Parts: sequence; structure tokens; C-alpha cells
Amino acid sequence: MQVLYGRHHVRVFRFGLRLVRNEQVAEDLISEVFLDVWRQAGKFEGRSAVSTWLLAITRFKALSALRRRKDVELDDEAANAIEDTSDDPEVAAQKKDTSQALRKCLTALSPDHREIVDLVYYHEKSVEEVAEIVGIPENTVKTRLFYARKKLAELLKAAGVERGWP
Amino acid sequence: MMAMSKKMLEQEPSEIEMLLPWHAAGTLNARDARRVEEALARDPELARQYAVIREEYAETIGLNESLGAPSARAMAKLFAAIDGEPVRNPSAWQNFSAGIAEFFAKLSPRTLAWSAGLGAFLLLLQAGVIGAVLVKNQTVAPFQTASLSTNEPITRALGPEAPPRALVRFAPEARVADITALLDSYQASIVDGAKGGMFRLQFGDKPMTKDEIAGLMSKLQHEKIVNLAVATP
Repeated sequence: MQVLYGRHHVRVFRFGLRLVRNEQVAEDLISEVFLDVWRQAGKFEGRSAVSTWLLAITRFKALSALRRRKDVELDDEAANAIEDTSDDPEVAAQKKDTSQALRKCLTALSPDHREIVDLVYYHEKSVEEVAEIVGIPENTVKTRLFYARKKLAELLKAAGVERGWP
Repeated sequence: MMAMSKKMLEQEPSEIEMLLPWHAAGTLNARDARRVEEALARDPELARQYAVIREEYAETIGLNESLGAPSARAMAKLFAAIDGEPVRNPSAWQNFSAGIAEFFAKLSPRTLAWSAGLGAFLLLLQAGVIGAVLVKNQTVAPFQTASLSTNEPITRALGPEAPPRALVRFAPEARVADITALLDSYQASIVDGAKGGMFRLQFGDKPMTKDEIAGLMSKLQHEKIVNLAVATP
């Protein structure tokens, strides 16, 4: 368990944190995730990578935690309205720092869009693995990421950043 | 340019276009990666979009890496929770085995001895019944042997009804055609190869009397291409 924890806890924490947006909750989350893994180790069938299994459990736990927190809702507007003490996308863009603006806009995406962007770009999951983690068809995975990218482009454009696409 | 981009945005994305993020992350299979590479090489608009995706890819990694790591509190909490867990429940099979072991453990030695004796007696009784049934129903089962014949399979009964057989040595000058003609005329077939120059032949598929067999051997001995013919069981 220590080896498994040592190898995966940081990525599990980051994935959870991007979903619940609260470090305290994300830390509680990883304890719950690995405790579940310890309890259900026999159920792991080895058909997918351990990291895929862990991320699927993390996602389930994160959504449960979000449901428990009545002050947090899952729709786009609520996600975008979550307080962020740093600059908003427009301010970052005004600084002419595209990189900074991109990060702010990535943070401002809806939970569904954030999750799929993170799974593909950061966690380097294939179409099939994302489908398994999120529990949606593979074609939906592809279209959801496309529309997440479109939304990101819109946010950047609103912040005055033109990147040549779309 | 803007008009074209808007048009593109309104259209449903192509399959290749949707695969670009996975190509940037290097998680496409070889076939899809090749398809994307080819499309990028011939479509500048797609290549421009891919450059944007690579930027998104890099920034997503940067953003996630900037999130840091959990504190030691998370690990301490996890292992404290594991320590507090009850001893794991055994599997269903282990429960089943344990149940059987517990049942026998409850029996006294005397009861166990009587049970074992009774079990052994029942086994012997069962074996006796099965043996008696088998002996009663036993019939002479024919079995098939190897043969050079390509027609009907040669069968040999284990009982007295077996067709006659003989060891035959053919003359050195005998040709294959002669031997084949002889076999046909006697309705014989070779059932064993030439061991020491002798072939084992079987004649027909019906049993013969001793006299009939003797007559058959005598006739066979007088064949030009036969040097020796000896009846065998």
C-alpha cells in the first residue's frame, strides 16, 4: 500500500483538487480513495491500468464530496463563480501573458470540461481510459473534449487572447 | 479568415480533428497517430489548430504541476484508518472451508471413527455393485486395428467369432499387382507389416472352422507367389 500510495498519491490529489477545488477536501479525498483501494484490492481485475482505476475511484469520491457540500453546485455558472482570489482571465490577459490567461481559463472551465482536459493532457489517458473513468461512450469523450476546447477558446477570446483557432 | 473559422466552428468536428489532443499527449495508437500525421501534413488549418492544442497541453501540465502535493497529514490519516480497520473478512470459499472444518471439529473421536468406518463400508458396497453390473453387462467389444485397406475397417473380435488370420511370406519375385490380386481373391487384408519378411493377413470378416482354416492355408500354400502360410490366432 505504501508503494502504491507513494507512486500515485500526488496525481490522485491533483485530480481530486481540480474537481473539488479545496485542498482540505482533496486531502480527505485521497485518504478515502486509498482506504477504498485497500479494502477492495481483490476486486481490481487488472483489465485497466492501476492509475485509471484510482482516477475512477477519485472521481466518484469527488462527486460525492461535492454533493455533500451544498454550497457547491456542478453547473457551469456555479463552477465559474467559485471564488478565486487571484486575477480573473480578463486581468491576466490584460497583462499580455497568454500563458497565465490560459491557466486562468483552464481553471474557469466547467467541472466536466476541466476533468476531461486534465485526464487527456495531464494524466495522459487514452480515449478508452477516459471513457472508463468518466463512464461515458468513447465518442462522447472525443466530442466533449472538442467542446471543452471551444469553450476555452471563447473564454480566451473574451479575455482578449487570440490564438488563431477557431 | 474569420469567416472560414466561424464556418469551421459551426460544423461538426471531423474524426481527425477530435483526435488531435490525444496526438499531442502521445496516447494514440500507431494507426490513428499515422492518420493524424498525414492529415496534419496536408491541412495547414489543422496544423494551426494542432499548434494551439500543444499550447493547451503544455499549460494544462503546468497548471496541474503547480498544484503541489498533499501534506503528510493525508498519509497519516490513511494509515491510521487502515490500522483501525477490522481484520479482513475471509472469502466465501474460506468461510465454506472453515465451516466444514468446524463441523468435524465438533464431532467426538468415537463418532468420527464410526463415521469413517461406515463411509468405508458404503464405498466398498458401492464398488461391489458397480463391478457386478459391469460384469453382467459385459459384451465382446470389437476394436479397430490399423490396416492398409482403404475399404471397410478391419475389426477383430476378442471372442471365438474372430475371422481367421495367417502369417504369410510372399515369394521374392512377387509383384505388388500379384499380391493385390491374391488379397482380393481371398478377401484378405494385411493387418500387420512385414516383420522378418512375414505379413499378417486377415481373411474375410467371418469366423471359420478349423477345417476351413486348414483348407484355406493349404490352398494358400499352393499359390505361386506364396512361400509360407501359417494360421495364427
